[in-house]
Amino acid sequence: MSSTFDTVADIISDTCDIPREEITPESHVIDDLGIDSLDFLDIAFAIDKAFGIKMPFEQWTQDVNEGKADAEEYFVLKNLCARIDELTAAKPA
Amino acid sequence: MRPEYFQLISRIEAVDTAAGTARARAVVPEESTIFEGHFPGHPLMPGVLLIESMAQTSGFAILGMNGFEGMPFLAGVREAKLRRFVTPGNELDVEARVEHDGSGFAMTEASIRHEGSAVASAKLTFRVMPFPSPDFRTEMRSYAERLGFPLEVA
Repeated sequence: MSSTFDTVADIISDTCDIPREEITPESHVIDDLGIDSLDFLDIAFAIDKAFGIKMPFEQWTQDVNEGKADAEEYFVLKNLCARIDELTAAKPA
Repeated sequence: MRPEYFQLISRIEAVDTAAGTARARAVVPEESTIFEGHFPGHPLMPGVLLIESMAQTSGFAILGMNGFEGMPFLAGVREAKLRRFVTPGNELDVEARVEHDGSGFAMTEASIRHEGSAVASAKLTFRVMPFPSPDFRTEMRSYAERLGFPLEVA
């Protein structure tokens, strides 16, 4: 998780010009870091490329909108990194 | 090309759904009300409309990949370069490639050439959303077919 977090935090810092030290595993990307949806597309692009995955944001958004999941499950960084690890592990060898 | 109707390409020449590419021809009209203001006595194709040409070609590359299941809406323009003037009558070759097909978004790289010379290039971001209505999707497919989009590959 820690290396995943470091990679994601570096991406967010570079993409949104947020000081790296302000980004923690507990940070909520929207509520704490103030990242808007357009910036988040650039972050998603960079994460997808860095990890060779396709994060299913449409499904996640639908789950949140339908009350099946809390936004924190996807948008608090430690949880986002756990999802990324799951997706990376599920990649075909 | 009918700039007044925001049709910024004339014909779709090729779509490769596996590679995520599209190629289009864009013939700048000899006359257009746009040239009355841009600029009086010195008609030039506005650079923002060249970017739109690349966006429309990119859009068809995305639609080819997703089989018209999601509508791409332009959301961002990066590294746009407008290298030379485009004037009435110029025939442009527009190419687009989907750099990344994400979940609910896509990134493309596009370029325009005139007689082999580089005219413009940009990296574009699209939100890809469900069609607002079945009629809209039907109209987009029909419009694409009129422009030469090979619907059988999508």
